[in-house]
Amino acid sequence: MTATATRVRAAARPSAPAVRTRTPGVRKKLELTFLLGPALVLFAGFVLVPIGIAAFYSLYEWNGFGPLDDFVGLGNYADALSGSVFQGAIGHNLIIAGLSLVVQLPLSIGLALLLNRKLRGRAVLRALVFAPYVLSEAITAVIWLLMLQPNGFVDQMLRGIGLGGLVQHWLADPGIVLYTLFAVITWKYIGFGIILLLAGLQGVPAELREAAALDGASAWQTTRHVVLPLLGPTIRIWVFLSVIGSLQLFDLVWIMTLGGPANASATMATYLVDHGFKRYEFGFGSAVAVILFVICFVFALLYQRFALRRDTDGALTRMVD
Amino acid sequence: MLSNRRIPAAAALAAAIPLALAGCSGGTETAAEPSGPVTLTWWHNGTTDPIKSIWAQVVADYQKAHPEVTIKGQPLQNEEFTTKVPLALQSNEPPDVYQSWGGGELASQATSGKVADLTDAAKDWLSTVGKLAESWQVDGKQYGIPWEQHFVGFWYRKDLFAQAGITAPPSTLDELNAAVAKLKQAGITPIAVGGKDRWPDAFYWNYFALRACSADTLKQSVKAVKLDDPCWTKAGRDLQAFLATQPFQPGFTGTPAQQGAGSSAGLVANGKAAMELQGDWEPGTMSSLTEDKDLDSKVGWFPFPAVPGGQGDPAAVLGGGDGFSCTTRAVKACADFLRYLGSEPVQNQLAAKGAGLPMTASAAASLKTESLKSVFDYGQKAPYVQMYFDKAFPTAVGAALNDAVANFFAGQGTPEGIVDAVNKAAAGDK
Repeated sequence: MTATATRVRAAARPSAPAVRTRTPGVRKKLELTFLLGPALVLFAGFVLVPIGIAAFYSLYEWNGFGPLDDFVGLGNYADALSGSVFQGAIGHNLIIAGLSLVVQLPLSIGLALLLNRKLRGRAVLRALVFAPYVLSEAITAVIWLLMLQPNGFVDQMLRGIGLGGLVQHWLADPGIVLYTLFAVITWKYIGFGIILLLAGLQGVPAELREAAALDGASAWQTTRHVVLPLLGPTIRIWVFLSVIGSLQLFDLVWIMTLGGPANASATMATYLVDHGFKRYEFGFGSAVAVILFVICFVFALLYQRFALRRDTDGALTRMVD
Repeated sequence: MLSNRRIPAAAALAAAIPLALAGCSGGTETAAEPSGPVTLTWWHNGTTDPIKSIWAQVVADYQKAHPEVTIKGQPLQNEEFTTKVPLALQSNEPPDVYQSWGGGELASQATSGKVADLTDAAKDWLSTVGKLAESWQVDGKQYGIPWEQHFVGFWYRKDLFAQAGITAPPSTLDELNAAVAKLKQAGITPIAVGGKDRWPDAFYWNYFALRACSADTLKQSVKAVKLDDPCWTKAGRDLQAFLATQPFQPGFTGTPAQQGAGSSAGLVANGKAAMELQGDWEPGTMSSLTEDKDLDSKVGWFPFPAVPGGQGDPAAVLGGGDGFSCTTRAVKACADFLRYLGSEPVQNQLAAKGAGLPMTASAAASLKTESLKSVFDYGQKAPYVQMYFDKAFPTAVGAALNDAVANFFAGQGTPEGIVDAVNKAAAGDK
């Protein structure tokens, strides 16, 4: 981008008088201020300032009342990062993120390819797969909470089809609870992945498939070497959303398990609310919020820089030309 | 509550509001009582009947007698008070009257300078409220006044007890263990507990501590927020032995306390478990979770049994209350309204409609069921009432205790670990 910009400027310099380049520059700046100003003020007021204030609070031991007078520096960060519960919570977020990539992605791709074919009842199937995504996370959590309770729908169904041996304490067994939650998350979000991928599949030109078929490629070879590479941008966006969502996982866990039993399903966000609001440790909670923010932010930056660059290159508007 | 995508921003925003608002507020010494018409904003937890309609009636009656006062009630879920009150107390417009459970949480709130000292405003009539009002004192000043009281004990199904051949409610730990064994033999889940919510687990540790520690030790330790007497570890060991008998429903660590038929209250209400250690509110919770209209006749109450080897009084009771605190804008009007809540007509109504245990013995006659009357009598006669530790301790310590006990129920930790968790939280360690 820099190279292009320099070239544009270099090309403009000899022919265009200084005045002519400056005037549109000033006008452009005025326009930008006028059009972007309100958005920037809102963004600063509701995003940047609160982040800054949270970072400020995080340096204090503060119960939410009275003056901030107990400065602890980075003590809250040290406490959070050295605490086994918070370490466990980070681990749980990473497990969810990892499982999403390993399980949800192949499943979404497979289902999207299937639903992209001309098959009977395709519209109904698409609607069915997408329906859970329409529900709010809170409603999803309540529905599954009821279905997963002992002798609830899930247990009865397993027994009904002769798989009674698989019945577990879905939400009460510390060894299983995280995977139960992951299954519910998958149920809810798989439709979103599929819709995204189906949209991506619309961008795969039919001619390419036909050409591959004429060249004697099997259906698998066509998928592997023509369709999947062209789905790349969609997949990369999905991975981005999925990892960020996994890192910030809250509603579903809060309603279904409150992070329990024995912190086995605690996430960074449930830990944050547990300490910030339930224990009135607002300084400490702010430190946790900042840690969560930094983790997400760093991931977002790195991912944009390394994975999304080729997708967004050219899509970003350049201010210079 | 929060969309998962917005956690950092929302949390940061929530944390930001108090400072921004605190920056705008002037001094907190606004003692000038407004003259003329007063509007009281009232945050209460009456989101469901019967309390919802009782409060509506109370407002109507009170306004009729006091035309200069307008009361704007706003019902909030219990959970909301923990998030909204701190923010409101940092703002310029806190509610004039808000639900308060006293103890350590109120002490934290009082440091905001926005909570009104009612000592003077209520001095003529505070004695009629009874001893429970002490739980709303901070450093000898009255920062709130209770309007109903609670005691915790075992609610049990008479029909299931009979089915298992248990003739009388257990009064000692041995008898309780024997009852558990008999119920298991009869194929009945002996006790339901809402382990997901953590606080029901804590009732057990609370009670074992009440039986293990003398009243003096309890008072001293709560005041100092330090558990250094060996009786506190005995409480954990007693609990450990009790847990070893596996008295609870399978998968209890994932069971909610009050939501749905699968909750611990629902299990007892529907005859799927024989007992539950819960407060006096339990019959009300249960009746909303079952189709059984005849539930009241099937459910009885007995106090937490005596435990051998402790210094605690076997008749000491765990409890607490619901109260309201005022903020400093309209202290007089607020205090007068709280006086009305403690008056006979309101107290009778609360008792008669099954909203909870009234403060006054005369209103207790209006209680609906014999079991509720027995809870009330037991509480009145108790030599010592210990407020639930999670409310008595500062909030951070109380939550740490509940978490530690819940982990203990889930098989993690030791009796000493629970004590350590409390002492560490009190020292400010995470």
